[in-house]
Amino acid sequence: MTDITLPFAPVQETGQASYLDEGHTLLSWLTTHDHKRIAILYAISITLAFFIASVAIALVRLELLEPNGLFLSSDAYNRLFTLHGIVMVWFFLVPSIPATMGNFLLPMMIGAHDVAFPRLNLLSWYLYVIGAIFTIYVIISGGVDTGWTFYPPFSTGFANGHVVTAAAGVFVVGFSSIATGVNFITTTHMLRAPGMTWFRLPLFVWSMYAVSLVMVLATPVLTMSLLLIIAERAFGLPIFDAAQGGDPLLFQHLFWFYSHPAVYIMILPAMGVVSEIFACFARRQVFGYAFMVYAMLSIAVIGFMVWGHHMFVAGQSELADLVFSFLTFIVAVPSAIKVFNWTATLYRGQISFEAPMLYALGFLGLFTIGGLTGLYLASIPIDIQAHDTYFVVAHFHFIMVGASVSAFMAGIHFWWPKVTGRLYHEFWAQFAAITMFLGFNMTFFPQFIMGWEGMPRRYHYYPAVFQIWHVLSTAGASVLAVAYIMPLIYLTWSLRSGERAGDNPWQATGLEWQTTSPPPKRNFERQPVVTEPPYMYHETGHPRSPDDSRPVKPQGNAS
Amino acid sequence: MNIDQFNTEASRYAVRVDETFWILTTLSAVIVILLVTLIVVFMVRYRRGSPAPRGELPNILKHEIEIGWTVATFFLFMFFFWWAGVEILNADSPPAHALEIHVVAKQWMFRFQQPSGAREIDELHVPVNTPIRLSLTSEDVIHDLFIPALRIKKDILPDRYTYLWFTADKTGVFHMSCNQFCGTNHSLMGGQMDIVSKQDYGRWTSAQPEGDDLAHQGEKLFHTVGCSGCHDSPSSTIHAPDLHNIFGRLVQLTDGRVVKADEAYLRDKILLPNKDIPAGYAPDMPSFRGVLNEGQIVSLIAYLKSLTTSPNVEGARP
Repeated sequence: MTDITLPFAPVQETGQASYLDEGHTLLSWLTTHDHKRIAILYAISITLAFFIASVAIALVRLELLEPNGLFLSSDAYNRLFTLHGIVMVWFFLVPSIPATMGNFLLPMMIGAHDVAFPRLNLLSWYLYVIGAIFTIYVIISGGVDTGWTFYPPFSTGFANGHVVTAAAGVFVVGFSSIATGVNFITTTHMLRAPGMTWFRLPLFVWSMYAVSLVMVLATPVLTMSLLLIIAERAFGLPIFDAAQGGDPLLFQHLFWFYSHPAVYIMILPAMGVVSEIFACFARRQVFGYAFMVYAMLSIAVIGFMVWGHHMFVAGQSELADLVFSFLTFIVAVPSAIKVFNWTATLYRGQISFEAPMLYALGFLGLFTIGGLTGLYLASIPIDIQAHDTYFVVAHFHFIMVGASVSAFMAGIHFWWPKVTGRLYHEFWAQFAAITMFLGFNMTFFPQFIMGWEGMPRRYHYYPAVFQIWHVLSTAGASVLAVAYIMPLIYLTWSLRSGERAGDNPWQATGLEWQTTSPPPKRNFERQPVVTEPPYMYHETGHPRSPDDSRPVKPQGNAS
Repeated sequence: MNIDQFNTEASRYAVRVDETFWILTTLSAVIVILLVTLIVVFMVRYRRGSPAPRGELPNILKHEIEIGWTVATFFLFMFFFWWAGVEILNADSPPAHALEIHVVAKQWMFRFQQPSGAREIDELHVPVNTPIRLSLTSEDVIHDLFIPALRIKKDILPDRYTYLWFTADKTGVFHMSCNQFCGTNHSLMGGQMDIVSKQDYGRWTSAQPEGDDLAHQGEKLFHTVGCSGCHDSPSSTIHAPDLHNIFGRLVQLTDGRVVKADEAYLRDKILLPNKDIPAGYAPDMPSFRGVLNEGQIVSLIAYLKSLTTSPNVEGARP
């Protein structure tokens, strides 16, 4: 067999097969190293996780229609909300945007052919699946009732569910986050196309970079603290047992040292997604690009120093309370800046309201309310009243579900033509976006009110005076359920019957749009060269023209 | 049950918390209205194809405005931090003469011990206009006592004391609940707080079954479980510290540190006697873990406190 070495690689002028046609067998998917296919594997897995956790909370919300319960025992109730928390946080929200859109788009946006470590990327998905198998085992064998927070001494000595298995599942899935984080950091550093300087990176790439830093630095702390829980529960090592000189508060410090940054793991990617969408649908450069970058990085860094605000009533010192309160107010500043910048991006734009933009606008509203109520919880006297009530539940759902899931849906719709080559059904998508916004507010706004009045969270039976708010909330949740199921239907439908999208239906400037849709296996036919900053939409505001009469200036030429 | 049991402002502190809440809410509402107005105006005025003029952004809108709103946001947030911080600093020191009530939480009940010796379960009588200090501890997992009408709550930890204090200024029946998830019947753990006039409180106290007050119960225990054999016996061959005036005193330890003999310290000395040995004493004392329950420890400490006559002792702080 002879190898013929050509002086130049032949340029393939004919269109390459798309990544979807690289193999159709199940095995070809399960052994793929292609970041785009791994993103699809993740997308399917987290969608399943999302619906499992949603069913759990749907049962909880139904149960809460009556102050004395409808059909669940207290133990079953406790297990359901614990399941909801564990699966939503670690099997949906943490991997949601990074593992799907991050995996799919980060290499394409910086002009790379794949992530830096394709095998590690596939391994991260397998770790996720192993973690999920542990969790499914927990569900089948009867569940766990510690809440997603695993507080000892309850979790180590008193809980009667499968604490060790549940903790092991989260332990394993943590490594999947770490692998993704390492991969993204390396990819961003090493594989940028010629001309793609740091300050030409799209904001989505910056958000992935920031979130990867948090994943790599915070997740090991969670991993370690869960290992300590397992050590105490399974082997009796008295780490958190006060009777033997241990300290239960130590766990809370360790846990929140991860779990507060974890909130930023869930929201930073959302910020990246909507930045892309606001620019594209307002046809403007993102206002204050540099400030947006610094804001994301400072959120990622300061986010590590605010964990103590979860412990204002746990018995830590007054000085610690004040320091953490101060830092929490500080971390809110860059978040506020981002909201102002997104709003300013709309100014003098040519705004159109396709589904991604509606979802992104929904994000903006819900994130603002979630962020402002964060200030309430940073203020110590208000937090003391609101702590562990429905006020807190509403607050973090506004951020982690309202904002993050809106952004997730925005991204799914925005990049759907890129991923599948098909257009989704615009009317149904817009309808779902508006339904989701309304349903969300109806579900969670009543929770602020009853929370402030004193309705504690994690309550199976509750004082009848709060019933009206619970009924409203459950009604909202059913609207929300419809809004979550609709995209599943029309997006699946569009896979076969959607209109062909063309390569760049939004006339967006990002490198990912300068190749075919769906992209070829190696993303680009030639090495792209970047010549422009991101978001060079019309400086003076021209609408998107269907006939390409006023082409946008793409970041680089890739085809 | 009605909503007044929750949202009544039953103390000065509660009124101030609500003021802070409403100021922040007003501020937030202004910000939200401003933003939503801007967004809607932009959405309508700059919708695709509208006749509104576009063009380059004026220079003033590029950097100055960005720095402007960054600084403004920063100062607004700092102002609020200061406002809320001062609130908590003012509120956090109970007066020395506060009426002390001991709370022991366990799955799934609260037990209250009045200074008079009266015990209550899941119900607490307190006099109005009197500073009350609750000292809280748990027998099993972490619980939390939440009294919405007073806008206070605190986690209750095993083997540790935490404290809450308040001066109620309204009489009535109010709701109390456990606010830290503690297992199967977490949502049933709670009860009611009866804030009554001082006369009624006196009547209620005297109507309780005849019994010793806490300190006297503690004194009996002091003799029956054998503390007095070493600590209160001039003829004892064991060198043990005299416990008169111990409470609130600074104690020099063998390793050179100085600690205050507060409730947590005394409790540790009973249960973990070999921790923090006072200078000049040998670690001879046996542990009473398993011998005494939480209620008995509370009585013993109440007795030790009653041995303190020095007028300048301040209440132990968490």
